[in-house]
Amino acid sequence: MSALASTSAPTALQFDQVSKQFGAVKALNGVSFTAHAGTVHGLLGENGAGKSTLLKILGGQYRPDGGRLLVHGQVCHFNSASDAIKTGIAVIHQELQYVPELTVTENILMGRLPTQFGIVNRKQARQMVADKLSDMGVTLNPDARLIELSIAQRQMVEICKAVMQEAQIIAFDEPTSSLSHVESEILFRLVRELRAAGRTIIYISHRLEELYALCDTCTIFRDGRKIVTHPVMAEVSRDTLIRDMVGRELSDIYDYRARTIGEQRLNVVGLHNASSAPTNFSVRQGEIVGFFGLVGAGRTELMRLLYGADKRTAGVVEIDGCVVDSSGPSAAIDAGIVLCPEDRKEQGILAQASISENINISCRRHDLLAGLFLRHKKEAELADSFIERLRIKTPNRDQEIRLLSGGNQQKVILARWLAEPGMKVLILDEPTRGIDVGAKNEIYRIIHEVAERGCSVIVVSSELPEVLGISDRVIVMRDGAISGELDRSSATETAVLDLALQN
Amino acid sequence: MTTVNPSSANSESAAHQTSNVQSKMTLIKNRQWLIDNSMPLSYVVLFAVLSFTVENFFSSTNIIGLMLSVAQIGMVACTMMLCLASRDFDLSIGSTIAFSGVLGAIILEHTQSITLAVGGGLLAGALIGAGNGVLIAYLRVNALIATLATMLMVRGLAFIVSNGQAVGIADEGFISFGDTRWFGLPLPILVTAACFLVFGVLLNHTVFGRNTLAIGGNPEAARLAGVQVERLRVWIFLLQGLVTALAGLILASRITSGQPNSAQGFELDVISACVLGGVSLQGGKAKIFGVLIGVLIMGTVENVMNLMDVDAFYQYLMRGSILLVAVLLDQLKNRGNRH
Repeated sequence: MSALASTSAPTALQFDQVSKQFGAVKALNGVSFTAHAGTVHGLLGENGAGKSTLLKILGGQYRPDGGRLLVHGQVCHFNSASDAIKTGIAVIHQELQYVPELTVTENILMGRLPTQFGIVNRKQARQMVADKLSDMGVTLNPDARLIELSIAQRQMVEICKAVMQEAQIIAFDEPTSSLSHVESEILFRLVRELRAAGRTIIYISHRLEELYALCDTCTIFRDGRKIVTHPVMAEVSRDTLIRDMVGRELSDIYDYRARTIGEQRLNVVGLHNASSAPTNFSVRQGEIVGFFGLVGAGRTELMRLLYGADKRTAGVVEIDGCVVDSSGPSAAIDAGIVLCPEDRKEQGILAQASISENINISCRRHDLLAGLFLRHKKEAELADSFIERLRIKTPNRDQEIRLLSGGNQQKVILARWLAEPGMKVLILDEPTRGIDVGAKNEIYRIIHEVAERGCSVIVVSSELPEVLGISDRVIVMRDGAISGELDRSSATETAVLDLALQN
Repeated sequence: MTTVNPSSANSESAAHQTSNVQSKMTLIKNRQWLIDNSMPLSYVVLFAVLSFTVENFFSSTNIIGLMLSVAQIGMVACTMMLCLASRDFDLSIGSTIAFSGVLGAIILEHTQSITLAVGGGLLAGALIGAGNGVLIAYLRVNALIATLATMLMVRGLAFIVSNGQAVGIADEGFISFGDTRWFGLPLPILVTAACFLVFGVLLNHTVFGRNTLAIGGNPEAARLAGVQVERLRVWIFLLQGLVTALAGLILASRITSGQPNSAQGFELDVISACVLGGVSLQGGKAKIFGVLIGVLIMGTVENVMNLMDVDAFYQYLMRGSILLVAVLLDQLKNRGNRH
């Protein structure tokens, strides 16, 4: 991590005035920066700042509209991802790219399976992967199909794939978003080993603690432009970073304000299915409850049972004393329960539709003409108001959602649920995943507004500072059951982690 | 964009720069408009070229004949559009056309009542459609397989009920439907036009249409958003069965008989028209105007080949090639967005 090493090391990667446009959106505008071999170069910026686009150009998926990309001093033109791979570049994207039906071995060695006269040598492939995995300290069954693995495990497979590709330049886009504490530590160790081996690492993350822990230098983006490169990470203050990213000062990101908390609104009794224990908890009007736990603790599963998205073995859910029909999501929504899901790609986004259509999807909208016809003008107004309120970066409401950055997509899905009339309980599952500091602050502000209006809010999150920052009460889960509850005054990092990690 | 400088010489160039940028933006907007509307524009050009080069093309008789030839395909393309948009498939429509025609003819023969015949045919179509819907939505049978099965079964029923022979229709009232003209256009064309209107409104302006696109775009997201996915699928197939049965009855009226082996390969024509019209087979995307153009393109090509006396066998080649070219052009259009 020495400052001298990073500047005297050979230039591995250089972006020279790179630009990229999608329709009317300028995702990248004349970006130039340099990354050196044997360093970890962090990239920071708000959603829509251009970081993921940059990585897609690096990985050969997009061609820049202007500017050049130089690898080890040579100008490169990638026509496809395989061109980039051949040049020694591996990119691990935020949206994981794997084949669900194939095994860990087949995914890791995709395109490079050891063959003899065209026939795959299964044993050798399996051995290669098993050896590498144990080298890395990762426990995964090489024969498991990816569809059977959790998101976190799939991410480890992606990382292993990049490492095995002997790539000289490896880029990570929000790699720890789905990883547990333990798995993140494994990742950090890997990154440090790769750096020591002289590789160039590009690391995108919103978690400042990680960036400080791993990166030698960092470059900050805003609105498609490079703002500044800080050559020595350790010498930059958090406030400077945030200010550079957001363009303004942000004092307390969580903005917690106490409010009047009313009667019990949501009551859950004995809720469980085959793989969890009967669970009881309740939430009051105007209360914000944070659900914390490690990946796999069962929080998402519990929320899905509550919502009726999955079938329950037993359990009763009551809103204001009335039992909620467990037949499915539409019954839950009728009762005033709303769930913003964890996985926006699989469960949230209508990829080919526009932003407005994505926000207005839920057709429980009650302002329909004659109960049947859509009111386009009202929908347009609604969409515009949320684009403004959540600061969604888009030229207009008709932009296709797939052209938006990951974080902005998340905001659109959030808007869909915030727009729900008659909402009594708002359940948010990892609402700020992949969202930058400035946008997180906006979302917390909205959560507080919603709670102040008397709505009960449940926030499922794996980010401890976030849970501690916004919750009135913290419920901790472990292994499919609630292991404890702490109110705001007694919820400290140690106390919460204790409950999450015990035994 | 550019700041205006008080000095006169500079303000001239500044204004020049602003107008340059503005004209560039209109150029980009125009180019995008051209790309988005390439299919309808191509059709307009095609139509114009044919009017000048092919004898007898541009005459009211021929144009009406053209529209009549694709009237049935057009009707069912409207509902197929919804079916494909919801990420489903329906291969059974050809058999339903045959069955409803046969059933209608038989009921007419025995009861002399047009109302009963039409009612019976429509009911049969609705039941077949609902059956498809239940199989696919509730029993979770793959749509391709389920409708393949019903395609065979319904065709079989058509043969059984008719004893394998055409059932002649003698009722003047029924037969005259195909010949009756309102506003100078034959009724079948007007019915098809009405279908486009109704389903266009349904797709773009109702909750039903919105939900259909949602379950096609991302069924899980739609379900979590409270859309009753299974119920909606059944309704889509039911509507399709109904409209298909109507098409079958109209066809029976035009050929004055219920033919158990009619409309073979009909489903492929309808699906081709939809794909030509920009309906995505992956669901979530459909434009009624596109479907209209798709239907017209198919009708025009067939019509012109007939006018030019092209061998019937070459017509198959033509239809297949046009479909392929249209889909490839669409791919290129979309790939342009990524690279």
